[in-house]
Amino acid sequence: MGHALTTEQAAARTLFYQADEHDHEAGGSTLLGFWIYLMSDCLVFAVLFATYGVVGGNYAAGPGPKDLFDLSLVALNTTMLLLSSMTYGFAMLSSYRNKVAATQAWLVVTGLFGAAFLAIELYEFAHMIHEGATPQRSAFLSAFFTLVGTHGLHVTFGIVWLITLLVQIGKHGLNRANARRLACLSLFWHFLDVIWIGVFTFVYLMGMLR
Amino acid sequence: MMQAEAPVLDPIFGRLSLAALPLHEPILVATFVAVAIGGIALLAGVTRYQLWGYLWREWITTIDHKRIGIMYMILGIIMLLRGFADAVMMRLQQMMAFGGSEGYLNAHHYDQIFTAHGVIMIFFVAMPLVTGLMNYIVPLQIGARDVAFPFLNNFSFWMTTAGAILVMFSLFVGEFARTGWLAYPPLSGIQYSPDVGVDYYIWALQIAGVGTLLSGVNLLATIIKMRAPGMTLMKMPVFTWTSLCTNVLIVAAFPVLTAVLVLLSLDRYVGTNFFTNDFGGNPMMYVNLIWIWGHPEVYILILPLFGVYSEVTSTFCGKKLFGYSSMVYATVVITILSYIVWLHHFFTMGSGASVNSFFGITTMIISIPTGAKIFNWLFTMYRGRIRFELPMMWTVAFMLTFVIGGMTGVLLAVPPADFVLHNSLFLIAHFHNVIIGGVLFGLFAGINYWFPKAFGFKLDKFWGTVSFWFWVIGFWVAFTPLYVLGLMGVTRRLRYFEDPSLQIWFQIAAVGAGLIAIGIGAMLVQFYVSFRKRKELLDTTGDPWDGRTLEWSTSSPPPAYNFAFTPIIHDGDAWWDMKQRGYQRPLGGFRAILMPANTGAGFVLAVLSTAFGFAMVWYMWWLAIASFIGIVGFTIYHTFNYKREFHLPLEYVVRAEEERTRMLATVRS
Repeated sequence: MGHALTTEQAAARTLFYQADEHDHEAGGSTLLGFWIYLMSDCLVFAVLFATYGVVGGNYAAGPGPKDLFDLSLVALNTTMLLLSSMTYGFAMLSSYRNKVAATQAWLVVTGLFGAAFLAIELYEFAHMIHEGATPQRSAFLSAFFTLVGTHGLHVTFGIVWLITLLVQIGKHGLNRANARRLACLSLFWHFLDVIWIGVFTFVYLMGMLR
Repeated sequence: MMQAEAPVLDPIFGRLSLAALPLHEPILVATFVAVAIGGIALLAGVTRYQLWGYLWREWITTIDHKRIGIMYMILGIIMLLRGFADAVMMRLQQMMAFGGSEGYLNAHHYDQIFTAHGVIMIFFVAMPLVTGLMNYIVPLQIGARDVAFPFLNNFSFWMTTAGAILVMFSLFVGEFARTGWLAYPPLSGIQYSPDVGVDYYIWALQIAGVGTLLSGVNLLATIIKMRAPGMTLMKMPVFTWTSLCTNVLIVAAFPVLTAVLVLLSLDRYVGTNFFTNDFGGNPMMYVNLIWIWGHPEVYILILPLFGVYSEVTSTFCGKKLFGYSSMVYATVVITILSYIVWLHHFFTMGSGASVNSFFGITTMIISIPTGAKIFNWLFTMYRGRIRFELPMMWTVAFMLTFVIGGMTGVLLAVPPADFVLHNSLFLIAHFHNVIIGGVLFGLFAGINYWFPKAFGFKLDKFWGTVSFWFWVIGFWVAFTPLYVLGLMGVTRRLRYFEDPSLQIWFQIAAVGAGLIAIGIGAMLVQFYVSFRKRKELLDTTGDPWDGRTLEWSTSSPPPAYNFAFTPIIHDGDAWWDMKQRGYQRPLGGFRAILMPANTGAGFVLAVLSTAFGFAMVWYMWWLAIASFIGIVGFTIYHTFNYKREFHLPLEYVVRAEEERTRMLATVRS
């Protein structure tokens, strides 16, 4: 340092440990850690998108997007998922005000929207498979079912988590641990929304243009 | 062609039957007998001395990052013996199989051996050893009491072990993949590899991969959030910096491996067409994706060791590291560049001149930051008071060896040269040159350097020196012939050779493998002798090398809580700074410390995952479903446990600190 230190600064320079320390409660890194995990999950989707990008046009003389996709059904589906994100937001707002019942109610609504999304997706899959457009039919369909299905599996997992959390909030209320878990699931849920926007655009809309 | 004829599956055992046991392979039967006797002896010993309770309480369920680190190292060393046994078998086969001789290994067995050797050495030797070192050292270097997620740490370790166990299963139940360590399709597809080998490969890597990814997330969060006050990013020890970069790479690369192996599994299990030859599949997409993971992977392995060399050089030259910030920037540049070079693994794919030039040039550029590092170490040594202790010897050996490996790497980065050398033994020699000369030598430097910290006594220097010379000389004797053979056009993974003039080179290489075997043996003797002489080699100070970073400020071994008081950092070489400016160790004012509590959940989940993997390999669908439900159910059950911490009582802390005071006093008297 170019300038002289004050006595206070000099004293601080010789302080080598925190004599008066408080407990570091666990969980301070949870949100960051969960965010890092989500980014890694995002890369799984990146690979699936890239795979779809590479083989998505390989129909192997089988059906293509225009033969298979029903945009109005997908629009309905998308609406369900977007609404579920919104209601999750309401659940978070209620939790900030420490309203346990309202939080639980909004979580239930979120879960129902999520389940509706899944039901519509399963209907779409069943319909396609019934028409002979199975995942084995062509590389395009392999990539389609894997990308959309992986997203669907994530939503399923999110619903299982949501139900678990509902029970835990019922048992312990909105304590610190539960509030943290609620925030993590919130990140997860909105993340799936963002991925879905990608699926909707890249697979369905651009598929119809292909 | 192979006619796909649906075999009838046993409802209980799936496709597992007595025919899966390799009773017709005398080598495997003998190995199995030896392993079984050893295993039974071990279990009997543990029972005899009533160690089960101790093992369960103190090790299996531990969430102490130090113990988990040690367990990772043990796993890595055990698997090193297995991987090296494979290497010796290959060397013997290639030495013998000339002219009329077919050698002693049939093709079916030989192909499994070279696959298992690669898989084990990368995933179950290098990765656990590197992860173990980071696990042990990073929290100590940043002045933390544990990692950010102690339970996940335990879980990660057991998942890695579960993967290793699945690979070991494949030795005696069924077979391992015969595809090479990256299992390229279409060879690894169901049509050409209908048996269980590739499935063992897939599930071992997927299960271990969960562990690796979570440990990456864990260490990343730890380094970002849990540094002691005052330790800004540019005051972090270099080993912590390189660990940070490695864990960034783990989090950014392993999901790609997970995804690509999922796609391969779907092709094999469901019949999708990602990598098949027909119905629009694209095998080269697999090769691209797996190397998008695979190239960062080699930097995941080497970067932490660059950190070790930096710590060792600085400590044993008694100087601050030359060019600290350039070292950090070089590490970060390597981290980024490692992502845009993957295509150099298959220039021969035929992407065209422009694409190949791009990846050739990015590959060559990596040698610049790496070269900068070498100069930094050299300038740290320049006019330093160099102490040639074992870690420093390994570091010098690394510099001499790795530079050659780096140069042959740059040679391979030139696409026209690569068209000649692709898949030749020159490539094999190159990557062993950098992985043994870089990763393994670094691990040995690190083990010799930090062993006294972990166990409280130094490692024996005589046997360490014996191990050192046999390893280093053995390496060059084993791999120089491979460079020569590669330049003559010999390709990799061959079981039999027509041209008798090549035999002498393989014989020399086999001698080299023998020298390395002595090096490994000497290392095991070194551990044993050091343990016997532990009183003599005792480290009472906690700082046996006159170290510079925080891990040396604690006792050896450190107490469960690492630091009675969280240190405050003023300088990059924090402990050196404390020693220089008259730091007095606090003797009172201790308090109870909040610590994470042990849990068996990680172990249980890993056992369930092993069962799941095994069931998937053998098509035992009932067991797969049951174990999957078990995994999900147990995870949910575990989340209902809210009491995950406890206060380490004040008396415990006081007793540990008084013991430390007593130990320190023995030095002065």
